[in-house]
Amino acid sequence: MANAPQHSDARGTGLAVALLIVGLVVVGGVGATLYATGRWWLPPVASAHGVAIDRLFYSTLVITGVVFIGVHVLLALFVWRFAARGAGRAVYFHDHRRLELTYTIIPAIALAIMVAMSGIVWARVRLGAPPADALVVDVRGEQFAWLARYPGPDGRFGRVDPRRIDARTNPMGLDPEDPAARDDVVSRTLHLVVGRPVRVQLRSTGVLHSFFVPEFRVKQDTVPGMTIEIWFTPTREGQFEIACAELCGIGHYAMRGQVVVQSPEAFAAWLAQQRPALAPAP
Amino acid sequence: MEGTEGGLRDAQGRRIAPGAKVRSGELEGTVARVEPAYGVLTIITEAARAGKTERMVRASTVEVLEEAPQRPHHEPFIRRYIFSLDHKVIGIQYLFTSLFMALVGGVLAMLIRLQLGWPGVRWGLAAALFPGGFAGGQMKPDFYLAVVTMHGTIMVFFVLTTVLSGGFGNFLIPLQIGARDMAFPWMNMMSYWLLVPAIVVLLASFFVTGGAAGGGWTAYPPLSAIPAAAPGSGLGQTLWLVALAILIVALLFGSLNYITTILQLRTRGMSMMRLPLTIWGLFVTAVLMLLSFPVLFAAAIMLLFDRLGGTSFFVPAGVYVGGEVLSHAGGNPLLWQHLFWFLGHPEVYVLILPAMGMVSDIMATHGRKPVFGYQFMVGSIVAIGVLSFLVWAHHMYTSGMNPLVAMAFMTTTLAIAVPSAVKTFNWLATLWGARIQFTTSMLYAIGFVSLFVTGGLTGVFLAQPPVDIYMHDTFFVVAHFHFVMASAALFGVFAGIYHWFPKMFGRFMNERLGKIHFWLTFIGIYATFFPMHFAGFSGMMRRIYSTQVYAFLADLAPLNVFISVAAFGLGLAQLLFVYNFLYSLRRGPVADRNPWRATTLEWETPSPPPHGNFPDELPVVHRWAYDYSLPGAPDDFVPQTTPLRPAPVAGGQDAGGPQG
Repeated sequence: MANAPQHSDARGTGLAVALLIVGLVVVGGVGATLYATGRWWLPPVASAHGVAIDRLFYSTLVITGVVFIGVHVLLALFVWRFAARGAGRAVYFHDHRRLELTYTIIPAIALAIMVAMSGIVWARVRLGAPPADALVVDVRGEQFAWLARYPGPDGRFGRVDPRRIDARTNPMGLDPEDPAARDDVVSRTLHLVVGRPVRVQLRSTGVLHSFFVPEFRVKQDTVPGMTIEIWFTPTREGQFEIACAELCGIGHYAMRGQVVVQSPEAFAAWLAQQRPALAPAP
Repeated sequence: MEGTEGGLRDAQGRRIAPGAKVRSGELEGTVARVEPAYGVLTIITEAARAGKTERMVRASTVEVLEEAPQRPHHEPFIRRYIFSLDHKVIGIQYLFTSLFMALVGGVLAMLIRLQLGWPGVRWGLAAALFPGGFAGGQMKPDFYLAVVTMHGTIMVFFVLTTVLSGGFGNFLIPLQIGARDMAFPWMNMMSYWLLVPAIVVLLASFFVTGGAAGGGWTAYPPLSAIPAAAPGSGLGQTLWLVALAILIVALLFGSLNYITTILQLRTRGMSMMRLPLTIWGLFVTAVLMLLSFPVLFAAAIMLLFDRLGGTSFFVPAGVYVGGEVLSHAGGNPLLWQHLFWFLGHPEVYVLILPAMGMVSDIMATHGRKPVFGYQFMVGSIVAIGVLSFLVWAHHMYTSGMNPLVAMAFMTTTLAIAVPSAVKTFNWLATLWGARIQFTTSMLYAIGFVSLFVTGGLTGVFLAQPPVDIYMHDTFFVVAHFHFVMASAALFGVFAGIYHWFPKMFGRFMNERLGKIHFWLTFIGIYATFFPMHFAGFSGMMRRIYSTQVYAFLADLAPLNVFISVAAFGLGLAQLLFVYNFLYSLRRGPVADRNPWRATTLEWETPSPPPHGNFPDELPVVHRWAYDYSLPGAPDDFVPQTTPLRPAPVAGGQDAGGPQG
């Protein structure tokens, strides 16, 4: 009959574990994060609301970073300091109501402040009404591509009907019997205007997708049977990728789309060149 | 009347024990239960008319006609080890099965990292091992999705849920509360024997046309509802749903049992507020399972109906898949997400609460110090349990539900961080002033705190809808839950195995190998999952087969190689554990009754405990579970069975503990 080996002196192990925690977790974690800032980080923001989101992200990073370091340093200190040593006993200390209330109430206050901070940002980002002059685009996900639609000169989107979808001639499924559909412009690339708010109406043909443009700090699932509108303002000209962020099947990884953010003039010129999707080929 | 050892005896000195035939005045019957502390016993009389009746009589009036048979409990092999009613055997069956499934899930994880580290590379050996999943040496996208789906499903439902509740719950609950077995042993056996067919069905799905389910462990419809939507949405998805439904019945049998047992079968003196925190964790977990799993069961049946019966719970009108419009109409895909996460969020606490309880007890035992703030610990377990039902839609900020709802769920989600913080600080305070013995078990308990803190803090990002818009469905989420739920729960499991192995099998695991295992695993987990945060910062989506399509992911190649190499190291390190576990079962040093010098009841009985758990009378509890280093006590631990004061009558105590 054996007992577990009794560690009369565990100071060496205590120091090793404390160094593991400080070295790997604190120094390693903070160091890796600093190293990553230059390489693997949020891409530069390219939308108006994205600035507020980034600010919230950095505030959270600082607050959680301080707690992360603080708790791990305490853990390491205690592991090192209270490793079994000598012949003494542990302290018989198991309740301190004021201490416990302190570390209940302080996190509660900190988290309440966080609720308020991100509530304000959320109200601005998702609950505010879009400006009246916003561009309106219909964006539809399918397995495995994105398709954008502009309302044309009449400013109205025509009816779509999934039974009319034809991959080659009518990918959007526009209903030719609806006059409003006849001038609708359909494009595989999403064109937006820099500085002009845009309302993106998101739909899906069959399964869930998620419209994700990292630079815009925008992500919204597209759900069959629903039209979900988001709005934002692109602030930087250039080409960006649309990624699908919701598992949608075998080609999910390759459901890449493209956004072009351009000046009002370039956008107007591009739109003028587009033929309505239902117009007969010249 | 009180004997000096082994409970009560009659005037002739014959043992009054369960099973003995006795007479008390007019009554004759068989002893059912004995309560030595009160000098009474319950006998079952058999009257001609009334049938069996329980009567309580004073021990002093009893004359033993025939002593209880002393035969050791003997059952044929199949009743003893296969279709056993003994909670300890069932617990160990659950443990072995879960560890086997962990190996399967671990191999799948390695396949995921193989693909993400080196997309597009041809692998001769892997292709030879998994001929169906590779084409021309390259992993196929549908196989990749099946691997991802099954990795998540297996690890969440068939490893962590089953090992914590089924394994440790079964083994520890009766032992720690001082009961002879579960309240419903037959139902307990059924619980395990439903797990087996669930696993068979789940693993069989790898071999059907289209392969295993590929819709992710969350199985969002319409992808999971429409067979034409993906190869894995065929028979594989049906089998996935059937396997899950069977598993849920198994887990419900278990949780009903755990709840009833903890409420009804606690031994004398074991009040709820004297329960070890392990039991509190398992108890609240069982309540969560009982209340949340039926919701997923209903959802799974509804989805099966959508797939096979032509209903439209989750599929709306006008769905266009594979070149045609389906005839479904009237469903809503978001309904599934609400139902799934109503289970899914409590489920992550099903994985972490038992681990929290076990870690608390292990910290006290190996730190030789009472758990700090027992009442707050219990309170925070209960608070987390209640709040866990009110946070589910934080998984759905980008789903298309009304954005206003997100405000409410942000508030409840950040509120759940408060009891989590209380627990963390209580663990720190438990270590303060301790006398830490760095056993492998204790190392894992300390590691648990680190992982829980790291993973918990990233949850603060995800709880905020504006930040979550960016992070949702990226590798930041993968990093988050692998720390806070997967790795932390796994560390709880390892801490528990190293701690209770001597009780389960009467032998120690090798401590040296155990410590190497800890160091490699701790470093391996940080090296694997910490860099995933950065992949998430860069926007890398979950469940993508390749990072080579997007320009914004091009820079991530070296990061993904690093993660994969770390993951392989982490995976290899687990072989040490497998070896240590299997070797120690037969060859480990023999452990005595209470090798860790712990206070709780399971250490009052031999290792491994006999059938019926306690050789004689059930132990009587006189104090809480944490009298470590009690000033004035002769030893640095005082078992729960030791009376608060020395017994006033000469002759010592009634039962159990050797300490005076």
